[in-house]
Amino acid sequence: MAASTMSFLERAGTGPREAARWSRRQVLLTDLRSVRGRAYPRVKGLLREPSWVLFEILLPFLATSAFVFVYRAIDAPQQYVGFVVLGGALSAFWLNVIWMMANQLYWEKSQGNLELYFAAPMHFMSILFGMAVGGMVMSSTRAATVLLIAGTLYGVTFSVDQWALLLGVFLLTLGALYGLGMVLASLFLVWGREAWHMGQLFTEPVYFVSGLNFPVARLGFLGALSVAFIPLATGLDAMRQLAFAGAAFPAGTPPPLVEVAILAAMTVVSIVAARWMLIAMERRARRDGRLSVRWQ
Amino acid sequence: MPGAILPLAIETRAVRRVYAARPQPIVALDGVDLEVPPGELFGLLGPNGAGKTTLIKILTTLLLPSSGTARVFGFDVERETKQIRRIMNMVAGGEQSGYGILTVREQLWMFTQFYGLAGGEGWRRVDELVEAVGLAEQRLQRVSTLSTGQRQKMNLARGLLNDPWILFLDEPTLGLDVSAARSLRELIVEWQRAVPGRTILLTTHYMAEADELCDRIAIVDRGRILAIGSPTELKKRVQRESIFRIELDRLDGGAGALARLPGVVSASAAADVADSVGRQVVVMNLVLEDDGALGRVVGALAETGSRIQGLRKSEPTLEDVFVELVGRGFEDSEAASMVPATEEVG
Repeated sequence: MAASTMSFLERAGTGPREAARWSRRQVLLTDLRSVRGRAYPRVKGLLREPSWVLFEILLPFLATSAFVFVYRAIDAPQQYVGFVVLGGALSAFWLNVIWMMANQLYWEKSQGNLELYFAAPMHFMSILFGMAVGGMVMSSTRAATVLLIAGTLYGVTFSVDQWALLLGVFLLTLGALYGLGMVLASLFLVWGREAWHMGQLFTEPVYFVSGLNFPVARLGFLGALSVAFIPLATGLDAMRQLAFAGAAFPAGTPPPLVEVAILAAMTVVSIVAARWMLIAMERRARRDGRLSVRWQ
Repeated sequence: MPGAILPLAIETRAVRRVYAARPQPIVALDGVDLEVPPGELFGLLGPNGAGKTTLIKILTTLLLPSSGTARVFGFDVERETKQIRRIMNMVAGGEQSGYGILTVREQLWMFTQFYGLAGGEGWRRVDELVEAVGLAEQRLQRVSTLSTGQRQKMNLARGLLNDPWILFLDEPTLGLDVSAARSLRELIVEWQRAVPGRTILLTTHYMAEADELCDRIAIVDRGRILAIGSPTELKKRVQRESIFRIELDRLDGGAGALARLPGVVSASAAADVADSVGRQVVVMNLVLEDDGALGRVVGALAETGSRIQGLRKSEPTLEDVFVELVGRGFEDSEAASMVPATEEVG
């Protein structure tokens, strides 16, 4: 195992003091490559776990179908079927944020990965961004599948006037959702198993107040306002208005551009908060030695 | 790095680490002073709970010392964490890191990204290391299907991905069978010797492993370093006399006559036993002032007509050193490893 002649390793081979001095470019490249590295297992694992077909396509599809039949039974307007199908598709992202973002660091700790991430030279935010990017790719595939199957089966007709805005809202919704996931990841790690139970406990209530199966404005102005901090609620509402242009929405529904502003603010705030919490968490981890399983 | 003057690879001064715990805080390290020069394979030997892993965690920037200072190649573990993380790596025994859904090759490539290797460079490095650690056949196998030994080889490969200047190995052969452990030890030595200046800090509670691998060893117990030296130096601490075991066909006149010879400290007949080919032999333990007295013993035995069937010099082990230093064996130490603190955590 002689010293390699490759460029990175040549740098490492100059001597320890020199090898420890990195340029800004090297730091930035390492962070970007770390995002790619952490996203990799999620993208790669996309088709390696057949159980996802059941848990992330079939089950959301069945839940969506139940509401479709209810709306049909009570002769609700046809666009409500579209609302439900869109909500069912987006539920894949929320599941991903709760189980594969918020709970992930806690799981990484128990596996011994967390120590290795901390001991590596990249910024830890790269790991969170990598988890998010991988999760987005993974969930987008699943959401698209649900949308395609349910949309075709139940005859949903989309009416889009502003494609660019719709795409922008979708991306901002993901940004805000996964930003929230990054914040929760640190919190769940500090809180441990309690947080895991809380995640389970809040899944259904969040589905309800996010208006996955009905327009969120049905909760009333104050109700809709109080759940505006849940990215899924705001993003879904804006996307429904843009995907079903001309459909009748309950009074008090905020215009999409207002919701875009809310989503953008949430994205920025959550990413800044996640970074701050990571720094705090690392400080606490190093001080208390509580975030490592093999502490002895 | 020819001719370069390097700071110490590891330097700790009065490092103390106390964990908050109930009913009492736990002192894991209690004033550790250590100096390891670059290029050394240094061992921390001690029972479970001695504080070895805590020291590694401090040196790998995962844990802060409660007091004292620690430096790795001159970089302070509290303030210069990024610099240390760029030149070190760590591997722990029984490590289950990574993602079982990936193949060995994919998993290792993922880790190359965290050290900033470019995509293609990462794949090349992975292939080189997979070959070097003997996992070429398993490279496309899912991590979840690897045996314990294969997994630990993969972990070692992971630890070498960034070609670290200092590698921390925490019980690297824990749980491995004899063959896998030997193979891993060979890899470790081969890697370290390939480039001058590469340093390894190894923790183990396997005496033979420390003896075989390490240039120097620190014997640790209850958060304190009790002794530091090369395995030979440490063993000399307890080897004040030469001890031999002799197998004889018969012993006329008893052991007393031998004990009276000049240079013989003591001679005692241990037992009558059957040797490896079934012959009945008398086993004697001889303690001599030095090896030179052996000639007189052999001469005296020849005069009485006794024939020597076997002769073996007894070497002290690191376990003997530990017992001498601590006053008890490893097993006892593991039962009584942690010490309550006399003060609150700072």
